Amino acid sequence: MAEKLTITIDGVEVQAQPGQTILDAADGAGIYIPRLCAHPDLKPIGSCRVCTVIVDGRPQAACVKPVADGMTIENNTPELLEHRRNLIDMMFVEGNHFCMFCEKSGNCELQALAYRFGISAPQYPFQFPAKDVDASHPDVMLDHNRCIMCARCVRASQELDGKNVFQSIGRGFERKIGVNGERDLADTDMDVKDRAADICPVGCIIKKRVGFEIPVGERKYDHKPIGSEIEEGEYV
Amino acid sequence: MGDAMKIEQICKSFNNDRTRLMDIVRTIQETFGYVPPEHYELIAREANTHRVEVESVVSFYSFLSDRKQGGVVLRLCNDIIDRFKGADAVAEAFEKELGISMGETTPDGLFTLEWTACIGMSDQAPAALANDTVLTHLTPEKVPGILEALRKNPDPQALVAECGDGGNADPLVKAMVQNNICERGEVLLADNDPEAGLRKAMEKTPEEVIADMKESGLRGRGGAGFLAGLKWEFTRNAKGDGKYILCNADEGEPGTFKDRVLLTERADLMIEGMTVAAYCIGAETGIVYLRAEYAYLRALLEEVLNRRRAAGLLGNSICGRDGFNFDIRIQMGAGAYVCGEESSLISSCEGTRGDPGDRPPFPAIAGYKVAPTAVNNVETYCCAARVMDKGPVWFENIGTEHSSGTKMLSICGDCERPGIYELPFGVTVAELLEKVGAENAAAVQIGGPSGQMLDRSQYGRAISFEDLPTGGSIMVFGRQRDLLEVVDAFMEFFVDESCGYCVPCRVGNVLLRNRLERIRNGKGIPEDLAYLEKLGISTRRMSRCGLGQTSPNPILSTLENFRPIYNALVREDRSGLAKSFDVLRAVEPACELTGRRSVIFHA
Ligand SMILES: Cc1cc2nc3c(=O)[nH]c(=O)nc-3n(C[C@H](O)[C@H](O)[C@H](O)COP(=O)(O)O)c2cc1C
Ligand code: SF4
Ligand code: SF4
Ligand code: SF4
Ligand code: FES
Ligand code: FES
Repeated sequence: MAEKLTITIDGVEVQAQPGQTILDAADGAGIYIPRLCAHPDLKPIGSCRVCTVIVDGRPQAACVKPVADGMTIENNTPELLEHRRNLIDMMFVEGNHFCMFCEKSGNCELQALAYRFGISAPQYPFQFPAKDVDASHPDVMLDHNRCIMCARCVRASQELDGKNVFQSIGRGFERKIGVNGERDLADTDMDVKDRAADICPVGCIIKKRVGFEIPVGERKYDHKPIGSEIEEGEYV
Repeated sequence: MGDAMKIEQICKSFNNDRTRLMDIVRTIQETFGYVPPEHYELIAREANTHRVEVESVVSFYSFLSDRKQGGVVLRLCNDIIDRFKGADAVAEAFEKELGISMGETTPDGLFTLEWTACIGMSDQAPAALANDTVLTHLTPEKVPGILEALRKNPDPQALVAECGDGGNADPLVKAMVQNNICERGEVLLADNDPEAGLRKAMEKTPEEVIADMKESGLRGRGGAGFLAGLKWEFTRNAKGDGKYILCNADEGEPGTFKDRVLLTERADLMIEGMTVAAYCIGAETGIVYLRAEYAYLRALLEEVLNRRRAAGLLGNSICGRDGFNFDIRIQMGAGAYVCGEESSLISSCEGTRGDPGDRPPFPAIAGYKVAPTAVNNVETYCCAARVMDKGPVWFENIGTEHSSGTKMLSICGDCERPGIYELPFGVTVAELLEKVGAENAAAVQIGGPSGQMLDRSQYGRAISFEDLPTGGSIMVFGRQRDLLEVVDAFMEFFVDESCGYCVPCRVGNVLLRNRLERIRNGKGIPEDLAYLEKLGISTRRMSRCGLGQTSPNPILSTLENFRPIYNALVREDRSGLAKSFDVLRAVEPACELTGRRSVIFHA
């Protein structure tokens, strides 16, 4: 086993292991770096940019950037808080998010992040794009109105399920998650037991017939803000 | 032969290799006029991939289509340079004559009409592509004749009555394109001794060649200005077999057309430079990534490669040296600016969509097919061959302290002599303006949309890595121009070209453009300027690749250098209503339903 490295996050010295990402090292030290597209079971891809930190003066996505000995990292600075807030706002206005009608509410990582950042309404104008809902599959729904293009589903299907149900199609603002079938999700080999079915951070991929199983008020982020589990050292 | 069989054959001609998916779908597009979605499944099966991967690629590139296109696809450059030279009137003429709008195909299936980003003909605007054929200096008056000719003979190549100069007149090119070489520098456009650089390099050890390259101070001509010798050293020292040499001929930055002229006039020099790189890195395979817009140069380049193979300059035992084997293939692009970014370029060569990759690892460590790969610009390879011939000291003595050599500048816009100027680094903007005949320019855009817009007070600044870096694009704007129209067009370009992978670039650019348009429509308030600034900085700081990191520059650099233009457009709002809210439009449906106008809110 190689030696431990030392990095500094907002002035705090943190021990890290070679090959770790900044995000992993921070998690291990009980320092929360906000994130959306990263997931502990998936290869990081750095698409949401919410985890951006300043490494030796340069912005880097903490979820993909490997640690190096002596790195000086800024995380909780007013500059970064503002940029991250702006990114969260962007994700709200690029889709159609009506939390009060959304089954994911309370369990949604985007919503929870917004609460953590004290956002009650986005500062940018809503774009109200026309997006589809794919309800073709017997057990799983795909509501593109809420997709943040984090590609967790793409990765989970490939890396955890050994399938290839999802992939990004199109580009720019028109980019969306496509499915590996003639027309819609029903044409794929998607199964409700796939990891891809419950890895979506938002309410885009939703399982049918289990709506509101956990009542509002008792959901994941109803009591403590997102990130608390890391800050309290309960994160594995 | 049935469609399915044709597709199977096409896939087979690329060895059913999924990494050649780009070529497969490009060939299918050429054969059928589109990539039929009903055959995605078949293509996927034949190319050993998944249906959605095929859709992913086809939907990424703007020259690929999932709808049947016309026999002749007319792509008009929509860059601001062309618009200022009358592209809109040309487009209107096409629309009127064809009876369709931009983006549509005629019912008889003969023509498709589209806008496209800069096609690298900015000094002969308005310009367009008719399939692979370049049309320059268009006017509305020429449109009926062009269409009549195409109706009689659907081969656009027949439209070329008179060829341009130099290589443009080569039987393999036959293009109406002009080189417009206005100044030849001593490095690239002066006469050179063919193969002298390669010969001299082979008299040295690879390490010595790298040392020479480093000493020359040659920095990359296409992007960040990284030392070419250092990049080659990293690639040489990286562990791994089967290293690659990639040449970036994507030239996508609007207003850049210098690689087009080098490809036309100096293809041998470029390949010579790649061969030198292969020699010192130990690579056996090279790829030239040629943008789709330059497909008309492909036959010429293939011919150069063939000639060099026959002369023992490519292939096995180059120049008779046992064990020195190197060959090159051409990879065609398909219309995506971001594919000029080196990691996107690699993805594209591997047959996938052109989303950029993460760094590290850098291509020098893990590039094409995860092997160590050197990616350099066309001009960089040309310079490298010359450095080997004339020596590092000769090269180092040209230019400025941190920018050795000459730079190929492509100048366009409101000037008397647009075209190619090869000049030593250190030339000032004022000197350039004098050369091109534009002393009265109101603004100069250096480095294309991703660069910066200068006002008159900055014309004393110098083209160089330390002051004003540019891949070559220089656009001149006269006093008659609305500079915010320029900014708007540039933002539109980034909105169109963002790959959409990361949030700040995918969304930020759309929000920036929308707010700018609101200001241009006279509906802006002073707070909008701070909004643009903050949003622009977030987009710049948080974006994943160079595209998003530079896309707010048109707005940010004009807010800095041309603030009075913005100030004159925004007005304090006293109505108490949010500016983004158009109350008249909001009450419209209610008025329609009730059949009367609103008592309070009406025009
Ligand atoms: C969005 C984007 C587009 C780019 N387009 C080009 C291009 O068209 N041609 C080019 O040579 N480099 C382009 N680059 C720079 C390349 O990433 C890379 O730095 C360059 O090819 C390296 O070669 P050089 O060191 O010889 O300049 C682009 C970079 C970005 C971020
Ligand atoms: S996905 Fe999340 S943010 Fe979007 S509507 Fe549902 S709860 Fe709200
Ligand atoms: S569907 Fe969900 S998991 Fe997939 S990209 Fe969209 S938000 Fe991410
Ligand atoms: S910055 Fe833009 S082009 Fe680059 S990865 Fe992000 S979305 Fe794609
Ligand atoms: S969590 Fe790192 S970019 Fe999304
Ligand atoms: S060809 Fe139109 S701007 Fe380059």
